[in-house]
Amino acid sequence: MKRILDVKNLQVSLPTPNGDLRAVRGIDLHVNKGEMLCIVGESGCGKSMTSMALMGLLPKRAEVTADAMQFDGMDLLSLSKKERNQVRGMRMSMIFQEPMTSLNPSYTLGNQLCEGIIKHKKVSKDEAKKRAVYLLECAGVPYPEKRLDQYPHQLSGGLRQRVMIAMALMCEPDLIIADEPTTALDVTIQAQILRLIRELQQEFGTAVIFITHDLGVVARIADRVAVMYAGQVVETASAQDLFSDPQHPYTKGLLNCIPVPGKTLPGSHLESIPGVVPSLIGELKGCAFENRCSVSIGECCYRSPSLENHLGSEDHQVRCSIATASSFREAV
Amino acid sequence: MLVFIFRRLLVALSVAITVSIVSFMLLHLSGDLAISIAGPESTAEQVEQIRIDFGLDKPMVYQYFDWLWSAVQLDFGRSYYFQDTVMSLISDRLPVTLTLGGLALGLATVIAIPLGVIAAIKQDTWIDRLALTIAVIGQAMPSFWFGLTLIVVFAVNLHWLPAGGNETWQHFVLPAIALGYYAMPAMMRLTRTGMLEVLNSDYIRTARSKGLNESSVIFKHALRNAVIPVVALAAVELGFMLGGSVVIESVFSLKGLGQLAWDAITRNDYPVVQAVVLIIAVFYILLTFLADVINAMLDPRLRVR
Ligand SMILES: Nc1ncnc2c1ncn2[C@@H]1O[C@H](COP(=O)(O)OP(=O)(O)OP(=O)(O)O)[C@@H](O)[C@H]1O
Ligand SMILES: [Mg+2]
Repeated sequence: MKRILDVKNLQVSLPTPNGDLRAVRGIDLHVNKGEMLCIVGESGCGKSMTSMALMGLLPKRAEVTADAMQFDGMDLLSLSKKERNQVRGMRMSMIFQEPMTSLNPSYTLGNQLCEGIIKHKKVSKDEAKKRAVYLLECAGVPYPEKRLDQYPHQLSGGLRQRVMIAMALMCEPDLIIADEPTTALDVTIQAQILRLIRELQQEFGTAVIFITHDLGVVARIADRVAVMYAGQVVETASAQDLFSDPQHPYTKGLLNCIPVPGKTLPGSHLESIPGVVPSLIGELKGCAFENRCSVSIGECCYRSPSLENHLGSEDHQVRCSIATASSFREAV
Repeated sequence: MLVFIFRRLLVALSVAITVSIVSFMLLHLSGDLAISIAGPESTAEQVEQIRIDFGLDKPMVYQYFDWLWSAVQLDFGRSYYFQDTVMSLISDRLPVTLTLGGLALGLATVIAIPLGVIAAIKQDTWIDRLALTIAVIGQAMPSFWFGLTLIVVFAVNLHWLPAGGNETWQHFVLPAIALGYYAMPAMMRLTRTGMLEVLNSDYIRTARSKGLNESSVIFKHALRNAVIPVVALAAVELGFMLGGSVVIESVFSLKGLGQLAWDAITRNDYPVVQAVVLIIAVFYILLTFLADVINAMLDPRLRVR
């Protein structure tokens, strides 16, 4: 399958008063054309930093490096500012976590929906509006024509997120990054938005990086999954493999935290992973998950594991010395 | 929008009425006007005569409506001190003050907003520090001193501009600079803080994610939202300059409203004081109304309230 995005060893660090905060510590990622990749991990593990780095939206003081950052054959890091602007917005777009504040309160929705396509594709205002109405309709916004003249404050959060989704689709991008697009919405709306993103992704054949901290969400929409912990990818696999054959202790822990209908009894104790995420300032010695891991051995304290193929397959990779060792034994 | 403007007008009108009552009361409750007009050496008969001549023997409410009716017809009676009607005094002075205030505010805006925007974009660089230094100097320096410095440099030494008077537009240049520099820092700082806040907001991130040019991010998406509090401040500052530019007016011997008010107050010239207070108050109300309308045009959320 053809890769639309291919990232090698992405690192992001932010200067803080206590030293450099290394929020992303060497991430390898790829997204195939038209697929849904879910990045999952708990709060603060660097999911947003990763997506901002991919979009080129990090503040200037953030330092971004990577061995490779290929988007459809282009090296994103070597593009000029203008070329980068062209790619961002036209070929990749983003849906944010906060629908309430992500639209400019002073401009009509029509204006905000159309400005990107007018700039990038040089279409007329009327054509842009037509497309906006069509996409609003696809995104399930009632009375799409009327919306063009409305302002963000006249819409509910769920509707605003639908508008953001339509906006992300305006220029027919190849890749959409959705950073926890349902977290700020209430549960019934969450399910609707989730279904909508999945449907549109399949209908338009757009590749999507869907960021979430909820494995339940992953189970419903992902083609492939990357599990992140403390700024690194600790396991990546197809959704099916990840749920049926998780390898990393952290992934297993996360899976144990999901209540399963029928199995988890009402009122029974819900699992959680004990311990806290290590500080991301400075170097980490050994495996980042070591202090919370139930199967760690002495070696884990000082040896940093690398991302290794599981059972010789590139499609399932794990960053855990113990899992790799046992997989090696199985293979032999 | 029309409904909004209509509602704001009603509010403005009710404030204006309140102000007129207060300014009427202030004078009439501050002592027996007939005595203070007649002067300390007058006899009781003379005081009585004055009371009848000036209508001061009538009931208070009657006097108020009488005065208000004249006032809306721009008839504020005669000055006690200047041998002239109050209206002709004011129509001499008001244009001077309006020109000065308008020029000063225009100058302040033209400098404050771009400077504030640049300072915010270049936060923590030498440009930002320079802008803040310029602002601090403007705030710390007494305006009469800055005015005198301008006179010494540009009028006395260089002979570029006149030192005082209000005959030609050139007479307004130096006082407008002095007054404008006084009004500029607060607007500049407010623009800068507003821009910093807005540039950090989620919708700016959205605008950037659309791949818009930096200029369109800053001028279309950020400035419009950042400038809203600055508009309100500008209205207050202009109102303040109309009433409170006595210092600059005397430094540059401009015959403006400030000077007139000062002269009238020191001479117990009540009709003049009253008229000036009322006119400045009405201007304040108009300016606030205007600022509200401008802000409602900038931000649709303000239109509903
Ligand atoms: N502007 C910032 N300045 C300094 N540190 C930051 C900043 N933004 C985020 N961080 C830190 O960077 C790390 C990664 O943050 P990031 O926002 O990528 O997490 P996340 O995985 O998206 O979490 P969440 O699920 O809460 O959105 C965190 O430790 C966070 O504290
Ligand atoms: Mg986040």
